[in-house]
Parts: sequence; structure tokens; C-alpha cells
Amino acid sequence: MADWMKQVTNKKQSAQDAKERLKLVLIHDRTELTPDELEKMKNELLEVISRHVEIDEKAVRITINQDGREQKLTADIPIASSRKRNIG
Amino acid sequence: MSATVVTITSGKGGVGKTTTTANLAVALANTGQKVCCIDGDIGLRNLDVVLGLENRIVYDLVDVIEGRCRLRQAMIKDKRLEELYLIPAAQTRDKSAVSPSDMVKLCNELKEEVDWILIDSPAGIERGFRNTIAPADEVLVVTNPEVSAVRDADRIIGLIEAEEKGPAKLIINRVNQNLIKRGDMLSADDVVELLAIKLIGIIPDDDNVIISTNRGQPVAFEPKSKAGIAFNNIASRLKGNDVPFLDLDAKDDLFSRLFRAN
Repeated sequence: MADWMKQVTNKKQSAQDAKERLKLVLIHDRTELTPDELEKMKNELLEVISRHVEIDEKAVRITINQDGREQKLTADIPIASSRKRNIG
Repeated sequence: MSATVVTITSGKGGVGKTTTTANLAVALANTGQKVCCIDGDIGLRNLDVVLGLENRIVYDLVDVIEGRCRLRQAMIKDKRLEELYLIPAAQTRDKSAVSPSDMVKLCNELKEEVDWILIDSPAGIERGFRNTIAPADEVLVVTNPEVSAVRDADRIIGLIEAEEKGPAKLIINRVNQNLIKRGDMLSADDVVELLAIKLIGIIPDDDNVIISTNRGQPVAFEPKSKAGIAFNNIASRLKGNDVPFLDLDAKDDLFSRLFRAN
């Protein structure tokens, strides 16, 4: 019975797996960004921003989402405190 | 007359471009429209066998382009449908024999003769693809509900946009309703959501497609087969009619009920 249940749940997943995998692949294909490059871009972005404000790195969310046939880069970067720029 | 040029493409091979081209041609010609289809797959001629016209070829696409014959001489006239013609691909190995501007010129001449020009694109994203896209007024992208076909379709849709031939419309071929119900196949809705273009047809996976192709008698001639109905519906949508999509579920339920009754 447990095997039967397992079989049913596994089967349910394959179309979902296909859809989730495709979502990611299409984003990388469309933006011509590999996951590594995306990670590098995220880090550079954060580096630039942290030069100006202090950010809460643990809470940062940077993602690329599909909006119709357009790709959107969404960045949710909480600022830890409003520190003034250190000019000196 | 000034024909509408419709190019059928896919990126990935083997998803049903040629079958779709042949069936849409039959479906349109069956309603009295004058149709000429062009096999754009230079070196890998196939639309002729799918249409059952392989024994009638004298001249081909490259013969017209290189001036060895007149356009009319290369148009094979179908014997079943008054208004159906085919310009076959050449079997030459030199794919550079045809350029995008050659195709535009040829289609401009042909436009005066017919109502519809349907061009069967080769697989891939190289010259052959660009040749068939260049003269298009409308582009149909054929895909299957499988990861590789959907991925390639997305690539091709992007290239069609870049060539300013978009937005392309989508045909999802070989849809298996039983697999979808089990959760083992992407549904038409899933594919449309991923590719984000307008859907123009859903073709159910139907053994009749193989049987009719074996005979060179496209399934669109058979008004009782599910795939045949689906192709006729797409032809009607191309003409601007608002035709609801087939309810594949309802049909399956009816069939399974009939089986149970036996």
C-alpha cells in the first residue's frame, strides 16, 4: 500500500518537475546568464550597494522572474541602518 | 489575389512541422482556398511524401530560384484537391543555393496566384530557418509537451521576435490526455504559461496521424479522427474564425465508456 502511494506521488511529480526545470532553463536561456554568472552579478550588485549603505545580507533576495516574454530582475535588499557615506 | 504567407517552424526536429504543414494545407484547400505549400528543408525533402505527391516531382524550389523552370512548372498540382499545390525541396547538398531574399522574391510572385502559402521550415536555427522566416506574414511554432521541444520552441520564438516576425502563434502537438491526467505530461496550459505566446492549436496524440502518413493521405482528410478535427480547427482559426479548442477530456471519457460497455 505504501509502495502504491509512493508510485502515485512520484507520478504526480514528473510534469511538475518538467515545468519547474523548464522555468529555470528558459530564464537562463533568455538572459544568456549561467547560474554562476547570475551569482557573480548578485555579489557585485551587493558589493556596490554596500559601499553606500549597510545591508542585511541574510535577508537579500535577488531573483529573475518571467513576466510574459520579458525577464525581470527583482531585488529585495533590506537596509540595515542608514549610515552616512564615508567620504574621508 | 494576395496570399498570406504562413511559416511553420519549431527549432527541434521531429515535433511534427511537416505533418502540420501538410494537414493545414489540406484543411485550407478543402474549404475551397487556393493553397501552395513550399518544402523549405533543402537537402532533406519530406513534405512530398507526407502529402503523397512524391512520384510527381519534376522541378523543385532550387530549379525555380536558379531559373531552370518557371514558377508554375514547379507547382505540383494535387489530384484530390483542386486548389492544392506543392513546391518540393531540392535534394541538393548545397544549402546555400537559397537565400532569404530569394524566398521573398519567390513568395511575392506566388502571392498573386494563391490565397495561402504555407512554408515548412527545416529544424535548426541556421540559414534554412532564416530563409523560411523571411517571407512570412505569420509564423506558427510547433512543439510537443516535452522539455527539449519546449526549450527549443522558446529559442525559436525569441529569434522570430528578433527578426520582427512575431508574435508567433503556438501549436502543441502529440498531447496525450491520459498522461496529463496522471500528472506525467505538461498540459497545454503549462506550455502556454512557459512560452507566453498565443495558442492556435492543440493536436491530440492520435495513431491515425501515423496511419494516414504511411499512406500519403493527411489525417485532415478524415473528419472523424481527433487529430484531423484539430488540424481543421487550426485552419479555420487561421482564416480568422473563433473556434473553441477541442475538449480532449470529454472525448476520452466517451471512448472509455464505450469500452466499458463492451
